[in-house]
This record gives sequence, structure tokens and C-alpha cells, in this order.
Amino acid sequence: MTGRTIRIGAGAGYSGDRIEPAVELAEQGKLDYLVFECLAERTIALAQARRRADPEQGFDLLLDERMRAVLPACRANGVRIVTNMGAANPASAARAIVRIARELGMAGLKVAAVIGDDVLDQIREQPRSLSEHDGTTADLGDSVVSANAYLGMAPIVEALAGGADVVVTGRVGDPALFLGPLAYEFGWSADDWDILGRGTVIGHLLECAGQLTGGYFADPGVKDVPDLARLGFPLAEVSPDGSALLTKVPGSGGRLSVACCKEQLLYEILDPGAYLQADVVADFRTVRFEMAGPDRVRVTGGSGRARPDMLKVSIGYQDGFIGEGQISYAGLGAVARGRLALDIVRDRLAITGIDAEDLQYELIGLDAVDRTGRTGIEPREVRARAVGRSRSAYAAGRIGAEVEALYTNGPSGGGGAVASVRQVLAVTSVLLPRDRVAPAVLYEVA
Amino acid sequence: MLLRDLAHVRTGDKGDISQISVILYDIENYALLADRLSVEVIRRHLCALPIFSGERYELPELGALNFVLRGALSGGVTRSLALDAHGKTLGAQLLDIEIISIS
Repeated sequence: MTGRTIRIGAGAGYSGDRIEPAVELAEQGKLDYLVFECLAERTIALAQARRRADPEQGFDLLLDERMRAVLPACRANGVRIVTNMGAANPASAARAIVRIARELGMAGLKVAAVIGDDVLDQIREQPRSLSEHDGTTADLGDSVVSANAYLGMAPIVEALAGGADVVVTGRVGDPALFLGPLAYEFGWSADDWDILGRGTVIGHLLECAGQLTGGYFADPGVKDVPDLARLGFPLAEVSPDGSALLTKVPGSGGRLSVACCKEQLLYEILDPGAYLQADVVADFRTVRFEMAGPDRVRVTGGSGRARPDMLKVSIGYQDGFIGEGQISYAGLGAVARGRLALDIVRDRLAITGIDAEDLQYELIGLDAVDRTGRTGIEPREVRARAVGRSRSAYAAGRIGAEVEALYTNGPSGGGGAVASVRQVLAVTSVLLPRDRVAPAVLYEVA
Repeated sequence: MLLRDLAHVRTGDKGDISQISVILYDIENYALLADRLSVEVIRRHLCALPIFSGERYELPELGALNFVLRGALSGGVTRSLALDAHGKTLGAQLLDIEIISIS
């Protein structure tokens, strides 16, 4: 290991993630960078709807709370922030961060917004074939609400070179949020595929935050994890050669072990030899982990090949309504009464001619998530669940209404009925030639 | 023995795909795992799961197998009507697969 190292921490692994672990990292992690990954597949489409209602909105709803929590320690310790909390409106998010910084007395704080991931106009002008379904974006018509390309690290590198203390983006590949700072600090070339592959390994390991340090891991008696209520989020001390030491703040909850690292390395990976990102096609097959002390794991290896010519674009579209109802039964015969309840709802929807598709009837506690088809000891309680979709909000609402009507019209002892209708915001994807996407960086100063 | 005695799992999703990694506690058991655990074994065990097609990626250096189960999420997280739309509970359901050791 030669040269200086960079310490980069993961402050959030999804939009609603805990806030204190990020504050702990900013205060005690001796970090250079703190990264917040807050954009799930569908988050940006939901944010786009908020932006249409108010042109100054459309960024992450927790931006204000997170920034107020972490900015003081980041400012005091010289920690730069990179986040995709810009969602559907990074420029507005940058202005919001500057307003917060002024309120906190941080004159001079420089915030960069990365824009250009929004390609809705391009997709509307020139429809593209859907990657996972038959047809094109034109077939989705007016239902399309958002189209965002997965950008790479380049605009983040540019923003950091431009002196940004905070970089706020919309859609970028999650690992690029980490690869950007590393490439900037170490001067990694945009065509050094092996080093970008190794940087992508580090970014991928960190992007889900607590999932590396013992979150989504515990199985009592088999795989125990201490103090998950105070789970510490991970940080990587990265060397210029793209190897790293993974660890967390001493005294925080959770566990960092080789087993945790292997689980997270393969998390949501299809072909481990070809992890497609905007910057590189990373190969995870030669990654190695070894313990380097308590809650310290050294990661080496991994490689990369030339980046793809096409960028993935995530398309959000409205897809009707889902209606659902649930009601519980307990005691002797609970399963039989639950099944009777579902039969009644099925008959009622047929009798009243409700136009719903994909209707499903299941008993939570028996067969709602279990897919082995096995039955064991009859449970003391079950929760009957009916769900279906419809183009019509009214028809979807009738599903839950028929479940609620079981109180007075159904089997004995039904309790705790709930009914809901939600509008479906579905996501699909297309590919777009790289040259059709033009990222740019805007700056705001407090 | 059960798969749970040999390995741990993590489950993820991508569109209509459920992805399940099966990771050995002891890499020495790789040949046994690779011999016993296939897409077909998983398909039989999760017989109520609609799998159109599946792939198995082999990771001998990590001591792991990565399973990609297409069609498993009924159209994907954003459209699915399932209680567990992400299929996050699926991996744990594999752990009682019986693994007969090489004698």
C-alpha cells in the first residue's frame, strides 16, 4: 500500500434511512467524504409528480432534516458531501442546501447541482424500445411521468474539481456516487477499466450503508449481530490502487465480517462477471476479503472492462390502481374462517361485476409470502388478504370495501380490517446512446 | 444436513428478477454446494413461485453461487400485488433444502 488514503463513508442506503449513523460518521469517522444514496427505482418518478405541483420541489423530502443534522460536523471536519438527494430537481435542492447553510452561519459553502439526467423530452421526441417488455415508450403514451438516465462519475468529478463542498445529483449509478470522489482524489483515468472496476466494487459495497455492517444479516442463533438499534454505517479507507479497508466507527452497533461483505458484494448483482455501470463493466469474480482486525475487513481485487456505449434510462409511468383489503381471524378454525372470508370476497366481486385484474387471495401466516407450497402446524391466527388491480380507482376501492363488509356479513370473529387504494407508479427501462445525454454542473454559494 | 448448516443467503431484486446469493461459511464445501444446488432444485423447492427461467453464476473464489430467477416477482416490485413485492423473504425459504453430503 503506497500513497495517501481517502476515507469515504456511507450516510444513507435508501431515502428513509436512519440519520444518526451519518452524524456519527461525520463526527467520528475522520472522513474525507460522506455519501448519501437516497434514490430507489421509483423515488424519482414520485418526486417528479411533486415538482409538477411546485417547480421548486421534487427533491428528497428528508433533505432539510439530513442536511441540518450533518452539515455542522461536515463543515467542522472538512468532510465533503455527495448525494443523489436532488431526485427530480437537483438545482432546487442545491438552492435549498444553500439556504440551510446560511441559516447555520456557513458563509461560503459551495454546493454543486448535477443536472442532465432528465431525458423525458428526448424520450417523448424519439420513442425507445422497452428493455424488459414488448413495445416502445410511445405505447405508454401520456402515462409516462419521468425518464432519467443513469449518469456516471464525470459530472461529480467536475463538481469536486470546481471546489464544491456538497454535490447534489439526480439519477446517477449508485456506485458512481463513491467512484466520483475516488477518481477525483486519485486522478483515476476515465479509461483505466481495472481501477474503475475496483472503485465500483467499493462503491457497490458501501451504497446500501448498514447492509454492509450487519443490517439485513442477523438470523438469531445462526448469524448474530450485536446492537442493531445503534447500527454503525460503513466507511472505506481507500488506497490509490483501488484496494480498501472497510470498517465502522468504534463502539457503534453492528458487525463487519467477511460474511457480511460477501453478501453485500453479490447483492442485486446478476452476472458477477459483468456488472454494468455507466463508467465501467465491473468484474467481481476476483474480489477477495480478509479480516484485518475487529470490524475491519480488507478488500482487494476485482477488475473492469470498457464501459457500455448505451446508458440505462429508468422510465416511470402510471399504471392504474391497486386495491387491497385485510382482515384477521384467530383461535380454533381460524384458517377455515379466513378461507371462507376470501371465498366470500371472490364471489362478491363477481356478483357486483367489479372490473379488476390479477385478483389474489391469500392468508398471511400461511401462504402470503411462503412459496414452498408446504403447510405445517395450523397457526393460531391468520390474516386474510385480497388484492387486485384496475384502471379504475373506484373498482380498486371495491376490493377493500368488500373485505371491510366482512365485519357484519362474513365469518364469525373477523377483526382489524383495513382497506386501501393506491395509484401504481411503475418503472421500466430503455437504453439511450451516451451522446444523447448531456450532464452539466451548476453552482450555488452560501 | 440442511443448506442452513452450510451457507447463508441474501436476496435482492431487479425488475422482475429475484436474485439470491448462496454463500458458504466454509469455502471447502464449494464442490458439494455446486453439485447439489441448481436452479432446478430451487424451482422444485419454491414450487409456488413463477420462475420463467433461471441462471446460476459460479463464484469458486468467493465460495458462493448466485441465482438469477426471472419472472419471480410477478412483473416487478413497482407493479407487483404480492405482500412481499421485493421477494426479500425468498432466500430464507431456501435454507431448509436438504443437502446430502458426498459419501
